Amino acid sequence: MTPRQRILLLTAISVVALIVVVAFGGVAYLQSQAERNAPSAVAVTPVTSFAGARIEFRNTAFGADFGRVASVSLDDPAGERSVSRQVCDRVYSTSKLTMCLKTDAGIVTTWSALQTGSQEQNWSLPGVPSRTRISADSQLVAETSFVTGVSYAAVGFATETIIATAAGESYGNIERFTLLVDGVQMTAADRNIWGVTFTDDDRHFYATAATGGSTWLVRGDLVDRTLTSVHDDVECPSLSPDGTRIAFKKNGGSFSAPDWHIAVLDLQTMSETVVSDKHSVDDQVEWLDDSTLLYGLPRADVVGDSDIWSVPADGSAPPTVLIQHAWSPSVVRP
Amino acid sequence: MYISLTNRPGGSEGTPKGPKAANRVSSVVISLGVVSMLTDISSESVAAILPLYVTGVLGLSTVAYGILDGLYQGVSAIVRIGGGWVADLGDQPKWVAFFGYGLSAIARIGLLFASGFGALTAVLTADRLGKGIRTAPRDSLITAASQPQNLAASFGMHRALDNTGAAIGPLLAFIILSIIPNGFSTVFMVSVTFALVGVAVLGIIVPNRRSNTRARSTEDITETEDIAETTVEPRAARRRNRWRELNNPGLKRLLIVAGILGLLTIGDGFIYLVLQSRSSFAAQFFPLLYVGTNVAFLAFAVPIGRLADRFGRARTFVLGHGLLLAAYVSATLPITGAAITIVCLILLGAYYAATDGILSVLATQFTTSETRATAIAAAQTVVAIARFISAAGFGILWFAIGREWSMTVVSIGIAIAIPIVAVILRGARRYRADV
Repeated sequence: MTPRQRILLLTAISVVALIVVVAFGGVAYLQSQAERNAPSAVAVTPVTSFAGARIEFRNTAFGADFGRVASVSLDDPAGERSVSRQVCDRVYSTSKLTMCLKTDAGIVTTWSALQTGSQEQNWSLPGVPSRTRISADSQLVAETSFVTGVSYAAVGFATETIIATAAGESYGNIERFTLLVDGVQMTAADRNIWGVTFTDDDRHFYATAATGGSTWLVRGDLVDRTLTSVHDDVECPSLSPDGTRIAFKKNGGSFSAPDWHIAVLDLQTMSETVVSDKHSVDDQVEWLDDSTLLYGLPRADVVGDSDIWSVPADGSAPPTVLIQHAWSPSVVRP
Repeated sequence: MYISLTNRPGGSEGTPKGPKAANRVSSVVISLGVVSMLTDISSESVAAILPLYVTGVLGLSTVAYGILDGLYQGVSAIVRIGGGWVADLGDQPKWVAFFGYGLSAIARIGLLFASGFGALTAVLTADRLGKGIRTAPRDSLITAASQPQNLAASFGMHRALDNTGAAIGPLLAFIILSIIPNGFSTVFMVSVTFALVGVAVLGIIVPNRRSNTRARSTEDITETEDIAETTVEPRAARRRNRWRELNNPGLKRLLIVAGILGLLTIGDGFIYLVLQSRSSFAAQFFPLLYVGTNVAFLAFAVPIGRLADRFGRARTFVLGHGLLLAAYVSATLPITGAAITIVCLILLGAYYAATDGILSVLATQFTTSETRATAIAAAQTVVAIARFISAAGFGILWFAIGREWSMTVVSIGIAIAIPIVAVILRGARRYRADV
């Protein structure tokens, strides 16, 4: 080939490539526009605020209201949903506050935590949002996000978990609290803390601590700034409303190929019950009441959609879908 | 012996001569830079959105993402040596590099179909294997196409183009996602296309600069119009010499130096974490700090390369670690705010500009053209392994004595190491002069 022929060949290849990409992107754009402008796949009522005993969640029904915070009545979870304007990746509400972890997309994509309601604050997240919780009395808020965007780095898997008062005083990344496993202080580099659940005394909480491929349930103390191990192999704990049990995800697979089953730990007897192994669940469980658990599960067939399932806390019946096209549930009782 | 810079096949028939031409970077280097730029747009656009995709869309866990990330960063070091060695053995650096680039491009097509953790792992492993294979033969091609007197500037030009791609990639990906919500498949399609066009540029435009005598006697001579010959030796002797040349004291000293300095390089991620914990500016733009480093790298790559050609490559390489030291100190200083974050990123970028390409230049200086790719691969592997060990060790230090103190310890380590490695490398130069 002469140099001229080479240039021609390369130009031809580049032009074909450009046409293919523009066509592909154009179709994807038109599809997403059609989806965005389409009426919601399920019936919705636009509202500015929610009221009554309800389940708040992230609406994942495709259409104009995708990703927005929605709510259904506690009496009729399968009924029509109210939808607000707020878009969140992860959401949790009490009667007074809402914690919304969201992606601020743009040329500079960042993530942030937004607390709205009777008291307001917000802060930046170092990466993709993961979990958020508010204490029952709305005094404390917590969130976990991944530490991402560190290309060319050898940090690997890292999370950041922040606890703050609703009034705006931060305890910082609780990874810096003293971690005691079976009475021994752990100082390993790769320790990570995630998935906070609050007790009702505004001082103690439970969370997952991990290092070197092991995970523990730890009980945290905001005054002493300590995390003390309580039990092995517990991830994303969630304290029951009566404070006697912890629902969590238990890894039945390996560290690298996890297979999580929902289990319940009795804090008095420290006995574990696996509630369901129907599917692998990666979520922080929410208690509907003292005997029923809720969790989100992505749909296997549709990327981006998910459902909220419920299961009896004693495992007496298999899980069933409670709310279709929904994610990140919280039970709100005014 | 022929271990001398003037033996580089540069001042040959095909390349223009004269003082002006000597400062010009070869069009082959520019082409290779464009290949790298296109490939980096491809890989960095995916890398930037991968955490979003894995956790948000595939619904995989935090732990899975961590493993994926480690895999993504670590796999390539293993095959580097192999890629360099095969490139030297067959004297086909272009086609070994082509295979590496091609493997990565084809692997990316898999992203359009990968839907689970296993599939994604396989795709990313193949992608990183490709990266490992291509790096040393590509640097060998840059050396072969460059004038000896502007070798560092040539590498600087290549790295500048390479990092332009690394800066464009994430921005392109995020622009696509902001226009098309959930437009991950479009990002993957764009990534595949950039990779394939990059491979096409390499295959069609870049000549296969073979460095050994065999090239003369084959039909390749027409394809590589301006090939230059320096080592006219019987093949048997060459083969015998190959490993002995790699074993020469100069290269050994370079590998020791690269290892020592690599052990004291703690990984940008840790520096970003320190910045994030100290400055609200850094916390807010945390996911973009590495883009800032890339931009500084690309801005400094050519000027520092030119400087190195005049001032001395080994000197620049050693003093470049002074910039790293300055970056550590600026991250540790009890000053907060946007300014110190930006200063730290600029220092980091300048450090990469003064060391990344220069390491390959130094590796070629201490070996013959026949073992060039192997020597480059050896130096890069030593650095990769040393940094891996360093990251693990530093992590332990980080929590044992706290982040500020561990940064201080490493800073003191570098300050002590710089004069020591300067002496070791000066010895290497003397050895070469003696031969």
